[in-house]
Amino acid sequence: MNFPILSSLILLPTIGALFLFFIKEKEGNNTTIKYVALFTTVVNFLISIYLWIAFDQSTSSFQFIEDRTWIKGFINYKVGVDGISILFIILTTFITPLCIISVNNSVKNRLRDFLIAILIMESFMIGVFSALDLVVFYLFFEAGLIPMFLIIGIWGGARRVYSAFKFFLYTLLGSVLMLVAIISIYWITGTTDVVQLYEIGIDVKYQNLLWLAFFSSFAVKTPMWPVHTWLPDAHVEAPTAGSVLLAAILLKMAGYGFIRFSLGLFPVASEVFTPLIYTLSVIAIIFTSLIALMQEDMKKLIAYSSVAHMGFVTLGIFTLQQQGIEGSIIQMISHGLVSAALFLTVGVVYDRMHSRLISTYGGLVSVIPKYSILFMLFALASLGLPGTSGFIGEFLILMGAFKDNFLVAVIASIGVILGAAYMLWLYKRVVFGKLLNEDLKKILDLNRSEYFILSCLAAPILFFGFYPDPLINTIEVSVTDLINMHNTNIASK
Amino acid sequence: MENLNLVLPEIFISFSIMFLLVLGVFKKNSSKITFNLSLFAILITAIITINETFSVSRETLFNESVVIDTMSSLMKIVTLTGGFLVLVISSNYLKIFKIYNIEYPVLILSSILGMMVMISSNDLIVFYMGLELQSLALYVLATYNRDQLKSSEAGLKYFVLSALSSGLLLYGCSLVYGFSGSTNFDIISNQLNSEEYVLTFGIVFILVGLAFKISAVPFHMWAPDVYEGSPTTVTLFFTIVPKVAALTVFIRFLYVPFLNLIDQWQMIIVFLSIASMVFGAVAAIGQTNIKRLIAYSSIGHIGYTLAGLATASNEGIQSSIIYISIYVVMNLALFSCLLMLRRKDQYYEDIDDLSGLSKNHPLLSLCLLLILFSLAGIPPLAGFFAKFYVFKAVLEQSMYFLAIVGLLSTVVAAFYYLRIIKIMYFDKEKDKYDTDHSLWLKFSLTVSTILILLYFIFPSQLVEVVSRINII
Repeated sequence: MNFPILSSLILLPTIGALFLFFIKEKEGNNTTIKYVALFTTVVNFLISIYLWIAFDQSTSSFQFIEDRTWIKGFINYKVGVDGISILFIILTTFITPLCIISVNNSVKNRLRDFLIAILIMESFMIGVFSALDLVVFYLFFEAGLIPMFLIIGIWGGARRVYSAFKFFLYTLLGSVLMLVAIISIYWITGTTDVVQLYEIGIDVKYQNLLWLAFFSSFAVKTPMWPVHTWLPDAHVEAPTAGSVLLAAILLKMAGYGFIRFSLGLFPVASEVFTPLIYTLSVIAIIFTSLIALMQEDMKKLIAYSSVAHMGFVTLGIFTLQQQGIEGSIIQMISHGLVSAALFLTVGVVYDRMHSRLISTYGGLVSVIPKYSILFMLFALASLGLPGTSGFIGEFLILMGAFKDNFLVAVIASIGVILGAAYMLWLYKRVVFGKLLNEDLKKILDLNRSEYFILSCLAAPILFFGFYPDPLINTIEVSVTDLINMHNTNIASK
Repeated sequence: MENLNLVLPEIFISFSIMFLLVLGVFKKNSSKITFNLSLFAILITAIITINETFSVSRETLFNESVVIDTMSSLMKIVTLTGGFLVLVISSNYLKIFKIYNIEYPVLILSSILGMMVMISSNDLIVFYMGLELQSLALYVLATYNRDQLKSSEAGLKYFVLSALSSGLLLYGCSLVYGFSGSTNFDIISNQLNSEEYVLTFGIVFILVGLAFKISAVPFHMWAPDVYEGSPTTVTLFFTIVPKVAALTVFIRFLYVPFLNLIDQWQMIIVFLSIASMVFGAVAAIGQTNIKRLIAYSSIGHIGYTLAGLATASNEGIQSSIIYISIYVVMNLALFSCLLMLRRKDQYYEDIDDLSGLSKNHPLLSLCLLLILFSLAGIPPLAGFFAKFYVFKAVLEQSMYFLAIVGLLSTVVAAFYYLRIIKIMYFDKEKDKYDTDHSLWLKFSLTVSTILILLYFIFPSQLVEVVSRINII
């Protein structure tokens, strides 16, 4: 198998973007542009599905590895996937085409530039999930800031400039410390190759500081309490497709980073800092859920719910139990689908009414029933109803947490109840009740493309809710080995 | 008999200067031909430099007062390339201001000659001679647009302050000479030891003088005013070419005569570096004039190159040289953009003039976007790699404080670069600018932007060339 399949996954969207760059944008006629972008991303999705089929689930070693000299004697361009990263790649390639279909209604001006930004973003995100060298990872991780900054800043809402700056500077501030840590790792061990680093291990005396440096970056990106404040702003102001990318994929970079780097490279430090993560996660779950209850802006509410859900993810990762980590990964995938769907559902009514305030709506069920049904499904998936993918993740995380720390698990479980409270209350206020706003009577139900996008998202949410085996089988061996490696490392130190 | 071939580039360029002067005297309206001939002269000089000296690893001439080594050849090439491109993109600008005269290329050539002498110097006197030659040419260049008050003011300011720093430098040189009994760098290096601490004064004076020339904080005060007042093309020249030369001399001083006194100067360089990085980042935030902003940003960038020098390792020196090379490309690109902001024979220099540029000139603003992100050090653009190499060298020596302060100041610096991008992309558009730019201007913008954008594909080449430089 010599065909560089991962590199082509990374490169293809960029090539598509290059094509778009040379197509002239005409007023009112953007179909060519959109079809080129859609075609690229769909092909990318098919390639990633092929990747999943060709992927060998019985081993935890990295597959489809490409290793090329990049800066001589220093960094190799190395990419590869294991059971954990492959799911995130598929999530990325799955969400991006849906984003592109959704721009129909939400992006009015400079569509071509918008699609270019999204395609380049996709390249970087796939790069993040497949990089097997710390420097390459950092490169992709940081490069994503540029297109996202532009997406929020050019096509965003009223306070877009503030939000774009906040997003950019917060994440940059977090990441520069990670750069220091990465270079230090190079000088300590002589390599930045993740696979080699797994074998050599890093001296215990450095681990704590290095872990903190990585943590500073991932905590901002996750985002964990108390550095989560950029997220609501960025989400609210970004255009729908931007919010979807941000919530569904960008936030997962940090969770993935925690599993791949914090756990894998610094096992001892991870044990040391588990209480810190637990505390911050629990605060995030309870505190942001309470904040979400008080929101009057739908997008903001979903943004805060994202923080709470990511709190579950970090909690699960640092239980260092099989169930906890598996649960976290599934929760991330599920949250990727559900939050994307929720932002899109909000986008649907926003395009029609140009208001994100909950008070504008009410009684939607009697005018747009199809919309209301799908919205209900996503709301229930978000609060973790059995039968949806959200349940599997949360359940496994809590199971892992109960094994490790009873108190934390109990508090986190309260978060599940709060999650149900804010989600159902949101649904009640928007969909049920009396139809008071006169303008709402003329509102149209889902059109074909919206219906298509939302059903595309609903299908995997339900499918994996009832039958999570494909996901669990893919990650099982990798997670088991990760934990075994972790335990042997702890035992030997 | 000395091997004069090694200094053939300098000899050739001095003869060209004399020839061009004579030509200017005898032939009327010879500006155009002088421009073209001087470009040609630079080109030939570069070719000679590559042919004669590039393979030389280290040789000395004239009683060891001139040294030809890999570093000198490489930096001469960078200087010549910079000078060539500055000259080639300035003609339109000069024509509009009606200062398209023969003196301009001749002055640029003589300052380049001065810098080449500086770069190759292995002796205090040769070094000082080169320094003064380039400075005198630069004073005149700063006032070149003599009908404008600001330009004359810039030149005068530059002259007074620079003369002061030359005085300090000379005083330092005489102290060092007094203690070592020689003006030759190699002999000084053997004679000096750190016991005699009056010598520290000598080092400090020399470093102050040099820090002034590269405008490191706290000797940067002249830079914003001079950069703002000088004609834009001269500002471009100021921000790249003399810095390359001064940095080479800086390296030469620290690592040849003062190598044994590392304990004395390391703290000074670390201080200069941190102060420049932080001050450059913070002070640029409030600027409204692009040229002033570039002045502060170049102060910041000099801080990063000094961080590489502070490591006292070959790695560090190499990273500084890589940094300055990438910086030259970025600045060239930035100024090419600036020179394109022209409407009806008037150039615009305020940041607000960029407002909404992306709607009227999408390609230009895309280039500027890439350049600014690169200056801010965001991957995968070239500017990131420049910083990356520097911090790699810094962390090798476990200088964590320097690295962390440096990286945090990149975050602050990112703010003002983002502000320009915000104005270009998020704000309301203004009138269109003219698009009939000279071919060379377009060429230099395109090439430098492509270099910045695609540097990440072949990062090893530059590293390999630079890794031949081994000073210590």
